[in-house]
Amino acid sequence: MTRSAAPGLLIACAILIVGLLVAFTVGRYPIGLADLMSVVAGKLTGREADVPAAVQNVIWQVRGPRILSAALVGGALAVAGTAFQGLFRNPLVSPDILGASSGAALGAVLGIFFSLGVFAIQALAFAGGLIAVAAVYMIGTAVRARDPILVLVLTGVVVGALLGAGVGLVKYLADPYNQLPAMTFWLLGSLSSVAVPDLIPLFGPVAIGTAVLLALRWRMNVMSLPEEEARALGVPTGPLRIAIVAAATLVTSASVATAGVIGWVGLVVPHLARTLVGPDFARLIPAAALLGGGFLLVIDTLARTMAPIEIPLGILTAVVGTPFFIWLLTSVSKTWS
Amino acid sequence: MLFDRRALLSGAAATLLAPRVARAAAVSDDAGRTIQIPAKVERVFTAGPPAAILLYTFAPELLIGWPNPRRPEECELMAADACSKPQVGRITGRGNTANLEVVLQLKPDLILDVGYISDTYISLANRVQEQTGIPYALLDGKFDAMVSTYRKLGALTGRPDQAEGFARYAEQTMTTIKQRIAKIPESERPRVYYGRGPRGLETGLGGSINMETIEFLGAHNVAAERKGGIVNVSVEQVLAWNPDVIITIDGGFAASVRNDPLWAPIKAVQSGRVHLSPHLPFGWVDFPPSVNRLIGLWWLAKVLYPEQFPEDLKPLTRDFYTQFYHKTLTDAQIESVLSGRG
Repeated sequence: MTRSAAPGLLIACAILIVGLLVAFTVGRYPIGLADLMSVVAGKLTGREADVPAAVQNVIWQVRGPRILSAALVGGALAVAGTAFQGLFRNPLVSPDILGASSGAALGAVLGIFFSLGVFAIQALAFAGGLIAVAAVYMIGTAVRARDPILVLVLTGVVVGALLGAGVGLVKYLADPYNQLPAMTFWLLGSLSSVAVPDLIPLFGPVAIGTAVLLALRWRMNVMSLPEEEARALGVPTGPLRIAIVAAATLVTSASVATAGVIGWVGLVVPHLARTLVGPDFARLIPAAALLGGGFLLVIDTLARTMAPIEIPLGILTAVVGTPFFIWLLTSVSKTWS
Repeated sequence: MLFDRRALLSGAAATLLAPRVARAAAVSDDAGRTIQIPAKVERVFTAGPPAAILLYTFAPELLIGWPNPRRPEECELMAADACSKPQVGRITGRGNTANLEVVLQLKPDLILDVGYISDTYISLANRVQEQTGIPYALLDGKFDAMVSTYRKLGALTGRPDQAEGFARYAEQTMTTIKQRIAKIPESERPRVYYGRGPRGLETGLGGSINMETIEFLGAHNVAAERKGGIVNVSVEQVLAWNPDVIITIDGGFAASVRNDPLWAPIKAVQSGRVHLSPHLPFGWVDFPPSVNRLIGLWWLAKVLYPEQFPEDLKPLTRDFYTQFYHKTLTDAQIESVLSGRG
């Protein structure tokens, strides 16, 4: 822990900035670098840029919100994954360990099943994620056991499986011509339809949850100690655990509600961050936020540029994430401590 | 004595059964499978929505039940006794909700499946036929094949004359429209985007069953550079395509797209050529892809080429609903259907 974290954080920052620049300049709608500069300059100086309205529209209404939400969702999922991995003292934990994604998925497919509007679908997904984790937490704490963390994980797995069955049932009952493809697309994750009005319900919960986790980052180091040792150090583990679970659930549910189910980010990025800045949560949390944002930005840029059709994010993150994770496990597993 | 009586009984049974067996016909379906059809086909189990709609138009009394429940607003536009038939599930496609024992209990004379013909569906048909002993016919669900599908259905149910009426209607409609389309120069054929889903960002690639009528009408599907089914695209891609016409089946999307700043620069939105297809009791463009698309062809032709198709849709709609849906609509009902409400 003696080495400086500055280079690692700088690298993470650089990845995010380069990712943002590349993402803004490429896309299915052709926009030249000169057009982009003149639009941005126009916005900054308040003068009307000399470009077609459609170009302005693409930059501010389509590509901009999408890029911003990719960075937000990626950062949020990575931070939640880092927090959960620390809380559960387990490197294989991802943000959906307590059923947030399954709950959100069930909420969303129900919304599609009842032919609700887009915002109602997203609201149901968000609520589904929160309700699922609240239920898991209540069941987990009601069980009196020596190892409350283990009970919580097991409850999360069981409730997640039940919610998964619920998703399966709704898909089974859905009509196969219209609703089923919509559900499939949603469950595979996509940012293709993100627009400016989606940013507020995403940004609010993500900002609050991330702020809480950032504020708790020094205390999280203590949470990765065994329960007795943490208490001996005078840290109130119970309330702290609730705060971490609540904050991580908030950001995960908001992300899933906006972008659908995107796996791997919350699992892989924390490890990547750890190799960059070490295991200290004080640096790990900000590094994970930056790297997660950059990572999903790159993935989403690929998803929207490789073909005229959208490639589901969940598929790309798995294709990129799996070999990467195996490489991490075989070469740098020492850094987990 | 006892022996004789039994012999006599079995002999009588044989003569009773004999005409039935003798009259049973071997008919080949659209997959080239030869199936034995009983002399009298009175109960038909339909494997999915396209088959159910085809059979309902042709002979509603043969329909045992619907793959999915019919909604009240649909029943208002259909023959009441046929519409109220029970939900019996479907046995093909992506979901398989009908239990084969239930199918057997319903005692169908024939199982009818209409749709895409592939090895998957052929093997499914063979398996179900083997398990249940009920003849299972696969008919081609392609829009182009509708005329021959009606004729084949006539052969399968022993009602060739009745089928001929439907086949001719379909043939005449398609020929009339095709002849007029042929005269339209390439440059006047619009570039069309088909938007499904609440945000209109699901579309059909080239050759997709959902795009058949649009392609039949010689319009250019902007997403046709790739072949396939329904996919997700981004608004940015739609902006790049900049279609002349947008067709949708989603009322929510149709209502929001006209005021959505994201979609505002698109040619179709600017020129007011965003069209919500009528969809009751069955979708006119797609959804489910069956005979319902035949009346949709007129609607779509008018939308794509308003000058070449000056016909009033109201009498056409009335005729089609009377002949195919067995329901004579009031003027108010026709207007409501055409508006895409409900």
